[in-house]
Amino acid sequence: MANIPEDLNYTKDHEWVRVEEKRATVGITDHAQNQLGDVVYVELPKVGDTFEVAEPFGSVESVKAVSEIYMPLGGTVAEVNDSLNDSPEQVNDDPYGDGWMIVIEIENLSQVDSLLNAAEYEDYIKEEGAE
Amino acid sequence: MKNRIKKATTHTVQNEGLLFEVSRPGRTGYSLSQLDVPEQTEEMIERRLLRDDDLAGMPELSEVDVVRHFTRLSTWNYGVDTGMYPLGSCTMKYNPRLNERIARLDGFAGLHPLTPAPLAQGALEVIRRLEECLTRITGLHAVSLQPAAGAQGEMTGIMMIRQALADRGDPRKKVLIPDSAHGTNPASAIICGYTVHTVRSNAEGGTDLASLREMMTEDVAALMLTNPNTLGKFERNIEEVCRIVHQHGGMVYMDGANMNALVEVARPGDFGVDVMHLNLHKTFSTPHGGGGPGAGPVAARETLEPYLPFPRVVRSKDGSLTLDFDRPKSIGRVRAYFGNFGVLVRALGYILTHGDEGLREATEAAVVNANYIAHNLKDTYDIPYPGRVMHEVIFSDKRQARHGVKNADISKRLIDYGFYPPTMSFPLIVQGAIMVEPTETEGREELDLFIAAMKAINEEAAEDPEILRHAPHTTKVGRLDEVAAARKPVLRWQPEGRQK
Repeated sequence: MANIPEDLNYTKDHEWVRVEEKRATVGITDHAQNQLGDVVYVELPKVGDTFEVAEPFGSVESVKAVSEIYMPLGGTVAEVNDSLNDSPEQVNDDPYGDGWMIVIEIENLSQVDSLLNAAEYEDYIKEEGAE
Repeated sequence: MKNRIKKATTHTVQNEGLLFEVSRPGRTGYSLSQLDVPEQTEEMIERRLLRDDDLAGMPELSEVDVVRHFTRLSTWNYGVDTGMYPLGSCTMKYNPRLNERIARLDGFAGLHPLTPAPLAQGALEVIRRLEECLTRITGLHAVSLQPAAGAQGEMTGIMMIRQALADRGDPRKKVLIPDSAHGTNPASAIICGYTVHTVRSNAEGGTDLASLREMMTEDVAALMLTNPNTLGKFERNIEEVCRIVHQHGGMVYMDGANMNALVEVARPGDFGVDVMHLNLHKTFSTPHGGGGPGAGPVAARETLEPYLPFPRVVRSKDGSLTLDFDRPKSIGRVRAYFGNFGVLVRALGYILTHGDEGLREATEAAVVNANYIAHNLKDTYDIPYPGRVMHEVIFSDKRQARHGVKNADISKRLIDYGFYPPTMSFPLIVQGAIMVEPTETEGREELDLFIAAMKAINEEAAEDPEILRHAPHTTKVGRLDEVAAARKPVLRWQPEGRQK
């Protein structure tokens, strides 16, 4: 079973979000990295880039496929995990830690309410697997 | 362990060094006559442009060294001339030798592409005839043979749509693409300046009409639809899909890469498609897999015909063929000269030798073969979108995954059984996908061997999963480390001592 930490929020596109006041750290979930397989390249935006909610902000390439990663919340990119350039395997090894991707300066805090909590995300991936 | 492998056996494979490694000082593959004029290199070529390292590291070899090296390498390969090549979506059908022979006729092979039209009537006739054949097969109005690959055909088609909408004073922003489309479709749309929005598939593997209705707004330029799609399913609601798109002023682009399931049975022009491409190197059997070259002709409805690439080959009143450059609405050239002409000759050869009836039989055989495999393996492998398929069937590794065996392990083990591996992990909407396309080329004996191999591999997955996880075992080169190759690629050979 995938690791789904209680203290994070999630999206149906399999991003995780750690909201701390007006900032949110974003990565892809353990379930997502497991489905993708070995990640070989991560393409991330530049600090200062602005995206709307659900807009793709980068992509993750594994030996199987390239997948887009989507903004869980609209806002401006405040930090980018540049270490993924040289060590993309961190996304597989530690998706919720060293494998983080970006920190967003959140534009509209009310969007946080539409994110999934851990239990809801767990139900969602069960449903997806059953299809 | 029981010997389940029927088709393949081992045979001698020699060790093979790199040409750089088998090099011997002074060995050559040529013998030039004595220089009988004064050597003038330094006066003819500036000193700074001359090499002074004596081509250090370049291999020194005799002709027989080189011929044997490459001949031995070729025996490690597996091609469509070796056996069944069930690489789903790629349509690896046999390439009839007659078409190779025709394409090598001096009049075709030796013709300069700038030969004036009056002196190249035969070649222009090939182009015109092939355009006519493909127009009829697609049920559309006109065809351009210029695009040199499927993806270039897609881009050409989307550029035509963009230009037509601009002329209508109605430029739009979005392109809708089902999640079961070919992976190149979103790239083509984005290169043409559109944003891409994904339409979900329904449980039967078709386009979800409710989602399409919701997403189809006045700022959608086109729907790009692969039909049959990458689940091997014919879009049953295709007429309704086209109607919804047209109702809102959009156009329907069809990715015709899977047209080998429809030729002479159904015509995209009849079910509402506006513009599409064909892959001559898939449906019409021209060689590919070694880099082609390919051909991705674009067929268009009458309203889009003025936007096709120029020049167009047209017939004059006296019956001769000329080139028409006066095409003010055309998106322009997309390829030098006339595309990959040699490929066009082969495709016309394929169409004419088959005839209408032969083409229909090929289509039917392709569909029957895929269903034969699906039927015989449905109790062994999970089929996530069950029911009748068209030209290919998509399995998943769901049942074998319980033993820790993944789709890659199954595919690699098939190599030991004497088959090329199927397409893997595509389409993305099927977890652990194994996409099998036998094509019409295979006879029942080869299909039965493939089915037996897949069943045997399933037994191995339960009894001895390790054998799958380390497959292939009988090839010259075993399982490669794809992850290391992607993360830390070594792109250039370096002579001894210079390696980093």
